[in-house]
Parts: sequence; structure tokens; C-alpha cells
Amino acid sequence: MEQIEFDYPAAKRRITKKAYVGVVGSGDMEVLMEPAGGDGAHVSITTSVNGFQDSWKAVFDRFFSKFDGAVKIQINDAGATPGSVLLRLEQAVEVIEQ
Amino acid sequence: MSERVGLRGRAWFQTLTGKNKPLTGDPGSVLVSNNLLGNETSLFLCVVPNPESRFPCVRDGQVGLEEAYTLATRVREAIAEDRDKPKAEKRPIIAIVDVKSQAYGRREETAGIFLAAATAADAYASARMAGHPVISLVAGHAFSGGFLTHGYQANRILAFDDAGIVIHAMHKEAAARITRRSVAELERLGHEIAPMSYDVKDYAKLGLLYKLLHVENPLQPTASEVETVKQSLMEAIQDARAGSTDLGNRLESDAAKQTRKASIAVRALLEAQWQNA
Amino acid sequence: MSTSEIFPAFVNRKSFIELDGRARAQSLFDEGTAKELVGPFDRVESPWLAIQGVTPQADDGCIVIKGKIGGLSAVVVSLEGAFQGGSIGEVSGAKMTAALDLATKDSEAGKKTAAVLLLETGGVRLQEANLGLAAIAEVISSILALRQHAPVITVVAGTVGCFGGMSLAAGVSSYVVMTKEARLGLNGPEVIEQESGIDEFDASDRALIWAIHGGEQRVGMGEADALVEDDADKIASAIRGYVQAGPPSEHRSEQVKLYRDRIAALDTSKQIDPISLRQKWNGNDTTGGAR
Repeated sequence: MEQIEFDYPAAKRRITKKAYVGVVGSGDMEVLMEPAGGDGAHVSITTSVNGFQDSWKAVFDRFFSKFDGAVKIQINDAGATPGSVLLRLEQAVEVIEQ
Repeated sequence: MSERVGLRGRAWFQTLTGKNKPLTGDPGSVLVSNNLLGNETSLFLCVVPNPESRFPCVRDGQVGLEEAYTLATRVREAIAEDRDKPKAEKRPIIAIVDVKSQAYGRREETAGIFLAAATAADAYASARMAGHPVISLVAGHAFSGGFLTHGYQANRILAFDDAGIVIHAMHKEAAARITRRSVAELERLGHEIAPMSYDVKDYAKLGLLYKLLHVENPLQPTASEVETVKQSLMEAIQDARAGSTDLGNRLESDAAKQTRKASIAVRALLEAQWQNA
Repeated sequence: MSTSEIFPAFVNRKSFIELDGRARAQSLFDEGTAKELVGPFDRVESPWLAIQGVTPQADDGCIVIKGKIGGLSAVVVSLEGAFQGGSIGEVSGAKMTAALDLATKDSEAGKKTAAVLLLETGGVRLQEANLGLAAIAEVISSILALRQHAPVITVVAGTVGCFGGMSLAAGVSSYVVMTKEARLGLNGPEVIEQESGIDEFDASDRALIWAIHGGEQRVGMGEADALVEDDADKIASAIRGYVQAGPPSEHRSEQVKLYRDRIAALDTSKQIDPISLRQKWNGNDTTGGAR
């Protein structure tokens, strides 16, 4: 198991809602997305699959290239593919932007 | 552990009751007796191996259909007989526990062993809620559905403290297979993670036990050891009578406050949020 | 042309099984009354999984929602079968017990509060072994306390089913609702094959598994109360009916003599044919067992 953290200081738009999606089932993950306390976004990942820090970085770089909300994201992962990670993140965004 | 499961249970049933035969109409695998403990009549129950059982999957001391329904029947009889007595006079119920597991059989599943087990757990818990002190004495093995059926609804649980005592959700080989670990790995893990352990001294850290008792050779206890066990059972009965009839005490010990911190925190948080919901 | 003329009914049906644990629970409440307690943002995770290299889940796979069902107070506790097979750990078990105990407390104070347990579980979570088993003993005890005042309704919808120690929780419930896709039993087929051999139970024999553990059989035998189609509205309506009915005068798990006599009458010299046993015990169809 591995802990990974990222910061995206440029994501500053104020967010007011919370979103919870997904499940920590095989090949899937859960996302807890909520307003960050201060400026910028923070990502914290717990994953059962070690050694994929670069892939996670790539996924979140791509995600925050389009999304600018100041959110705190917590992920508990049980081996989701980059595709499903993005899908879960988009579902969470859909909820907080409602 | 080469010792067969069930020998200790039988030995202690015999020691405490002086009897060794099932009641008329009961299967050979369930021993039941009303006997004096101190100056009070108590109901003793024990599940033992019956190599002749007409259900092949219980012959080594597992708890099956007949065992569960017999326990439920006998416990309910005591509840009915004592119905009009004041709480302080309801007879103590002593479950002597040495069970290999629940029965793993097709006949059992077909005929609904889940319901049989539920009736026994129901009977024990109903006795407790009615005010009977229900005490478990773990004399050997207490595994999984076997323990849920016979013993785990007690107000107070006592256990011997030697290597022959195993209280667990699943036997080592199966647990190792399912969690994809070796048996050696599982044993090592048990010493670090108390709920995983097969050692009764680690089990005691969970705070679920009323008391650990030491008997040098549980198959042949000395007279003074028997006396100590009886005294401890009587103390447990008094303690149960003085306490609540639910299982709340299992979260109140110092050990529970350490090891079951999360359980206690969940209860407090849920209660706080419940009020406002 | 209406949609019902173009599509068969099942196309418009809202599957209950396809919902996750939280959506299942939410679907049962009167509009606007549901409130989740100790939800994922409270982050009460299992303290035992991470130290064994297993990723925890923020709600530990147990969802507690309080609200009104058919105008009456109720709490729904739902196990998420996709997280660790819906297994009972320290936290998920404590959530269920605490919810049942609070419903009992309210009921004793005059505010009758029913409990609905949505069980998708293999039983004890082996990484939490003895704490899972202890938690199940406490769940059983708390169901028995509540059902003296208000009904405890267990729903096994599928596809995980309800096995292990939690099958006893179903057994002591006031009512059990199942779908055809659900299974209920103490030991799953794989466990029996492993422990007692393939001659005892061939876990690859799907027909045999469904004949023994399936919802149709359990309801047909009178060991569960209602067989309901996998349709969220129909399941909600069945539950509403039981919440309104209150607890039965005698619970199934109190009917010891009935079942003990039935067991005494079994021919155990060979395996028991599930269909003939169903006919013998109930002689009934699957519209609801005699209690």
C-alpha cells in the first residue's frame, strides 16, 4: 500500500459542495471531494497498488488542466485504471458543479 | 495440538455436573443438566462430538441442526420454567464451549442450518434479556458459527489460558488460504494484530472476556482447580446479575477501551448525529 | 404508442440489485426524509486494514440512513457488497449495532423505530477476524432487543447474498425479503467443498447452489417471508408493508419445536432433495412462507 500526495496551487475557484462517488472494490476506487480550506487544490491518495506515482501524477495533471476548483480530494484505490480514475473524478465534479 | 476437539468440553461438563449422558430425546452430541453450582441450581449445556450422529458433518464436534435446535429447546425450557420468578432467582445458564465449528454440510444447508443456529443464539440472548445470568466457559475451541450458536450471547465469558484454547472466526488453514498468506505469516501477524491472533492471551486484549483461568491440565483438573473454576463461575453470575442484560459490558473493560477504540468512537458519533436526524 | 407497447415491462423496471449500497438505502425512504449518519466524510475507517496493506473505505462499507418509511420512523443499514465482499469488520459491525441500539432506545421511549438491514455479505471480515465475529454476536443481540418493540426487516437482494455469521442475523429478523437472485445460508458452497470435500458439495454445480440457497427456495420453505422481483419500487413497497405491520406475534427463530420436529423427521441416510423438502415443509408456492 502506498500514500501519494499532490498539490495544485493554481486551482483557486471557490467550491461549496461535497461529492462522494465510487467504491473500494477490485479495479475501482472511491473519491471524497470537498471544498479545500485555503487556496489551491490538494490530492491525497491511498492505493493498494505500489509504484504508480507517475501514472497518478499524469492523470491529475490532465484533470487539473481542465478543472480549476479549490478542492480537497481523497482517494482510496483498489487498482483503478487511469481511465476509471478520470471517470470517477468527472462523476465527482458533476455532483459538486450541480 | 493433537488433542481432539470436544474432550475438554465433555470433561468439564462431567466435572461440573457429575453427568455424562444426553437427556432423553436429545442427540448424543448435546449434554444438558440442571445441577447445583454453590447453592443455586444452574443449567449446564455442552456440545460434544458424537461419532454416531446421523448427520455425517457434525461427528467431530461441530454444531449442526440437531445441536442448535436442542440447545434452543433446553434453554427455552429454563426460560419458561423461571418465567414468573423474580430476576434474582432466574437460574444461571452455563454454556461449556468446546466446538470445532459449525457443520459444513449439504444436508445442513438444505435444511436451513442458518435458522437453526439463529434459534439457539435467540434462546441464549432471550434468556439473558429475561434476566438469567448466561455464562460461557471456553474450555477448548470456540470457532466461528459454532461459537455464535453456542456461547457468544453470554453476559460473561470465561476462558482457560493455555495453548489448547482457540477462539477464532476461522481455522488457520482456511484463513491463510482466503487471505493469501502462509500459516506461518498468519501466526506472526496474530502477534501484531490482536483480532487476528489464535492465542487466547491476545484474544483477552480485545476486552471481551470476563476472566482468564489457569488450569494445569484441563483434561484432568485437580480438586482445588475445580473449586477455583466454580468460584469464578459464581462470581461471574453475581457480576452478571449486577450488570445490564445487554452486551454493553463488552465495550467497558480497560482492554476494550484500548483495542476497540473504533467501536466506541462509532457509537458515540452515531448517537450524536442520531439526535439531530 | 406508449412505451409499454414497445418495450417489455422489465426495460422500464428500475433494478434494485444494480444500485450500490447507498442508493439502495436511499431508495427506501419517503421523499426528503433520508439523512445519512456517520457518512464517508466522517471518515471512520477500519483501523485494521491499512496495517495489513489493504485499502480501507471511508464508510467501511456500511451505510446508515435514518428517516421515514411509509410515514413511520426507520433506520436502514446497508452493506456495500463491492467493498471487501460486504464483510463485517469492527467499524461496519459497530455502526450496525449502534443504529439498532438507538432505534431500540427511541422505541422504548415511545417513538417506534423499525430497522431495515440490506445484507450483502460473506460474514466476518477475515482481516479483523475476532472483532468481526464479536461484532456479529452483538448485531444479533441488538436485533433481538429491537424486535421486541419494532420490526427488523432483512433484505437479501443479491448478488453477493448473505452468508456466514450474518445469516444468523437474517434468521433472527422479524421478516426476510429476498429476490430470485439472492442466496442465503450459513456456509457458502466453496467453503463446504473446501472443508468437507467435493462429494459433499460441488461448488461448481450452479443448479444445486440455487436449489439450496436461492431466494425462491428459502421463501418456498418458509425460511424467508417474501420473494420480490428485482424492482426498486416493489422492494420498497414490500418493506413499507412490513414496517407498517410491526413485529409478528411470534418470530421465526422462536419456533423451535416446529423446526426441531422437522429435522427429526429428515431421512439423513442420503443427501436431501431441496424440492421435495420444500414441498414437505411448506407444500406451498413462493408467495410467502407460513410462520
